[in-house]
Amino acid sequence: MKAKPTRPAQQGDKQAPAHYILKLYVAGQSPKSISAIANIRKICEEELHRQYDLEVIDLYQQPNLAQGDQIVALPTLIKKLPPPLRRIIGDLSDTARVLVGLDIKKKA
Amino acid sequence: MAQVKTKSQPTARAKSKPKPRPQLPKAPTGIQGLDEITGGGLPRGRPTLVCGGVGCGKTLLAMEFLVRGATEFNEPGVFMAFEESTQDLTQNVASLGFDLKDLVARKKIALDFVYIERGEIEESGEYDLEGLFIRLGAAIDAIGARRVVLDTIESLFAGLPNPLILRAELRRLFRWLKDKGVAAIITGERGDRTLTRQGLEEYVSDCVIVLDHRVSEQTSSRRLRVVKYRGSTHGANEYPFLIDADGISVLPITSLGLEHVASNERISSGVARLDAMLGGKGYFRGSSVLISGTAGTGKSSLAAHFADATCRRGGRALFFSFEESPDQIMRNMRSIGIDLQQWVQQGLLQIHSHRPSSAGLETHLAMKHKLIDAFKPQVVILDPLNSYAIGDNQIEVKAMLIRLVDFLKTKQITGLFTNLAQSGNPLEQTELAISSVIDTWLLLRDIEIGGERNRGLYILKSRGMAHSNQIREFLLTDHGVELRDVYVGPEGVLTGSARLTQEAENEAAMLIRNQEVELRRIELERKRTTLEAQIAMLRAEFAVQEVASSKIIGQEKAEKAQLAQGREEMGISRKADAKPNKRKRESK
Repeated sequence: MKAKPTRPAQQGDKQAPAHYILKLYVAGQSPKSISAIANIRKICEEELHRQYDLEVIDLYQQPNLAQGDQIVALPTLIKKLPPPLRRIIGDLSDTARVLVGLDIKKKA
Repeated sequence: MAQVKTKSQPTARAKSKPKPRPQLPKAPTGIQGLDEITGGGLPRGRPTLVCGGVGCGKTLLAMEFLVRGATEFNEPGVFMAFEESTQDLTQNVASLGFDLKDLVARKKIALDFVYIERGEIEESGEYDLEGLFIRLGAAIDAIGARRVVLDTIESLFAGLPNPLILRAELRRLFRWLKDKGVAAIITGERGDRTLTRQGLEEYVSDCVIVLDHRVSEQTSSRRLRVVKYRGSTHGANEYPFLIDADGISVLPITSLGLEHVASNERISSGVARLDAMLGGKGYFRGSSVLISGTAGTGKSSLAAHFADATCRRGGRALFFSFEESPDQIMRNMRSIGIDLQQWVQQGLLQIHSHRPSSAGLETHLAMKHKLIDAFKPQVVILDPLNSYAIGDNQIEVKAMLIRLVDFLKTKQITGLFTNLAQSGNPLEQTELAISSVIDTWLLLRDIEIGGERNRGLYILKSRGMAHSNQIREFLLTDHGVELRDVYVGPEGVLTGSARLTQEAENEAAMLIRNQEVELRRIELERKRTTLEAQIAMLRAEFAVQEVASSKIIGQEKAEKAQLAQGREEMGISRKADAKPNKRKRESK
């Protein structure tokens, strides 16, 4: 939320050095939560090269945040920026689909 | 789980009295009639599935459940909407007088709009619905909710990939709701062959209510049915329900059974002569009366008489007309000397006119219920019944009328119905075949004799009373209905001018007979006078004779005495005897 994009986002351009603002909602220390956190960290490191802010929110600790971001499924990764807004649900084990969801790769 | 076992024990079919056996804990809905059908409300701590097609009132039923719970039973509730935004919801139910904004502000109700945009979502790996659980849990805890509505949770299937996961998660959700101990309503859209599109009924199997919105012959009617209710008895029929300014009202009519008390009280039909035919006292209170006849035989007039008589006694009458407007009825009845307007003005009579085609049968029935409940009349009149028969709906009409009759009987309201018999059909057969629920059946028929058409009335049946079996001629005069005796001759009954002729003939014969009697009386008188004169004469003669006789007798006596005296004196003078002498001497 707090982070500001350093430069205007350029949509669709996979090589554009856009700044990513990501939120990962999880539920406690469930296996899915743990693997989701590990998976997104890895993807960010490998694909986004520090051009990102990642916030991990445990809904067990802050249940009232679920309504504001329309969280239904968990884990949910929300790409706030660059637009368009995207939600990726699941434990993010399918890296290819995460990259599609983050608009880093086009759909095959 | 222990509660589920109650289902296996033979459930008493009798809906009569609540027995002191352990009952499933229930959350009263506060919806008129629904608590009656479900025997006290929806199961507490179990989810209830409410399903039906588009626009059948699922959301409204669920919302009313929450609002009534919050306002009437002090049980806060959470409404989780998947289709309408909270703003839309608030606006939509405001028309029913539910102030959601206020209830939300007072923490009586929590609204949560769950919005899923399929286009934003990408699936990567396994997910679950823990987010929904957390959201719902947070909302429940925030206001201490006892009731939950999920409307319509099947939208998740459109929004989220992988139905297998969703199914498993929904199953978990319903179990979770049970653990939370809240009474929940889950709504679902009707599917092709299943109750809901996603077969939710397989998971939510404790209580299932199906709503239906049917259109038949261009008129619509809403119905509700409790398909199953584990661990509880319930009315199993389809019940019509209404959505109006007061929310939903369901009409549990047939659940009441045949348990109404039968009154011995009698009420006048408004026509003295008809009362006399009905055992001298009129109809039974709370009975159902059918007047059937062909067109123009005076059915409505008899009905108006009854309404008039009821109001005259200070009772209230409710008149449903399906062919004439209130004004028209009042004008027409004035022509036969019945002033209905005064009763309308005094608030004793209500006339409701509407076309049967203006709404579905169920809606009509529901409307009647509402009006009857509000007005509390002693008498309800429907004129005429068979307007309801449009096309091929006779079975439905019959069912509706039976329910109406049942309803009236349980309320001890006397129902009077008219039925227009089609010429050509046998009169004893109503098109709607409702004769079996009718207690008193009057038949009006045309009698055609001598180029005239006259009205005749007779009683086809009247349960529980000795009644006349005669046909009466039925006259509409400027002071109401009059019943006259008819003459039964060798050619059948005589009415109209034939009757008048017969009456004149009878009168002439009577006159002649009267004259003869008078003649005889005079003759007798004359004879008596003559005889009496003779007797007097004889008496006089006798008196004369008597006097004469007594005179003679007197003379005789006197002569006799003289004679005796003379003889004695002669003896003395002649000293004929010693004894008189001796006596004479001693005396001397």
